[in-house]
Amino acid sequence: MRARSVTLLGIAAGIAAALGCIGLVPIQTGSRDQIFEIPKGTWARRMSGDKVEILPDHIRLTLGLRDILVLRNHDDVPQIFGPTLMMPGQSFRLPFERAAQYQFACTAHASGQMTIVVEPNPATPWARLAWRARELLHSTR
Amino acid sequence: MRYNLTARRNSLRILAAAVFALLVAPAAAGSPPALKAGVFDPPRQAPDFSLTSSTGHELKISQYRGKVVLLAFGFTSCTEVCPTTLNTFAVARRKLGPQAADVQVVYVTVDPHRDVPARLAKYLGSFDPTFVGGTGTEDQLAAVRSSYGISAEKKIIGNDYTYAHSSFAFLIDRAGRIRGLMPYGHSPDDYANDLTILLKE
Repeated sequence: MRARSVTLLGIAAGIAAALGCIGLVPIQTGSRDQIFEIPKGTWARRMSGDKVEILPDHIRLTLGLRDILVLRNHDDVPQIFGPTLMMPGQSFRLPFERAAQYQFACTAHASGQMTIVVEPNPATPWARLAWRARELLHSTR
Repeated sequence: MRYNLTARRNSLRILAAAVFALLVAPAAAGSPPALKAGVFDPPRQAPDFSLTSSTGHELKISQYRGKVVLLAFGFTSCTEVCPTTLNTFAVARRKLGPQAADVQVVYVTVDPHRDVPARLAKYLGSFDPTFVGGTGTEDQLAAVRSSYGISAEKKIIGNDYTYAHSSFAFLIDRAGRIRGLMPYGHSPDDYANDLTILLKE
């Protein structure tokens, strides 16, 4: 009984230490790009009645980590994509330098608006932990 | 039992790999873009148009080849976004000093009924006497907006009306290519930074 308690205590301490480390280690990302792409054939699918959603109406970015919105049009026709009109094969790279909420008119959304929330760089261990947890969740989706 | 153990180990390995990747992924991010504006790659030629200028003459975007152009869309009755944007352009232009002679601001109205050339000229002149406005028929202006991906929606408010419209500005280089799109809210310093880069090319 006692041995089991010690084991559980050890596991809990290990998890706490791991979380602490994850929160303390500075975050380094391989890329600061948040990429959205219009695949080839999107226009044809839309014309045939498919509801193709590519850009969410809310996008979350983080200063210093993932703060560059990248849009790419791989389709054969020009597309209104987020805030801009993009030609076939064209990409658009929009950096953000201030934490704020940005509203763009976007005809691709039913609301007619796209919101980009740029959050401050996670400076505290808890903020780093939360950011990593969110990224982990996002990567497993 | 053995299978469960193996599967569990594999899951743990995947989780460990994911945590490792998040913790120690190399910081190989490319250098930040030189322009503060959003950048198009490859840049496309700015669609040409023929409108009536605030000077009363024909206005074509192609007539400013050789200059760097700031192109924005709005209306003179706008109380917030347009005056802020135009004031930002004016301040940015002053920051450039003599180089400002090679920068042309073009402001195309979305409200042709009120924004006749004389009104555009008076309004724009209050910010900077070099600013040029463009107006035309509803159809002409709609075609220009469509070619640039600009939205503008008329909103009736009692006996009056206003417009909800795209609030960003295009940066067009000396060769007449759309190089950047600056969202609303950027500072004169950001504009001056990007204009300086484009002027040096």
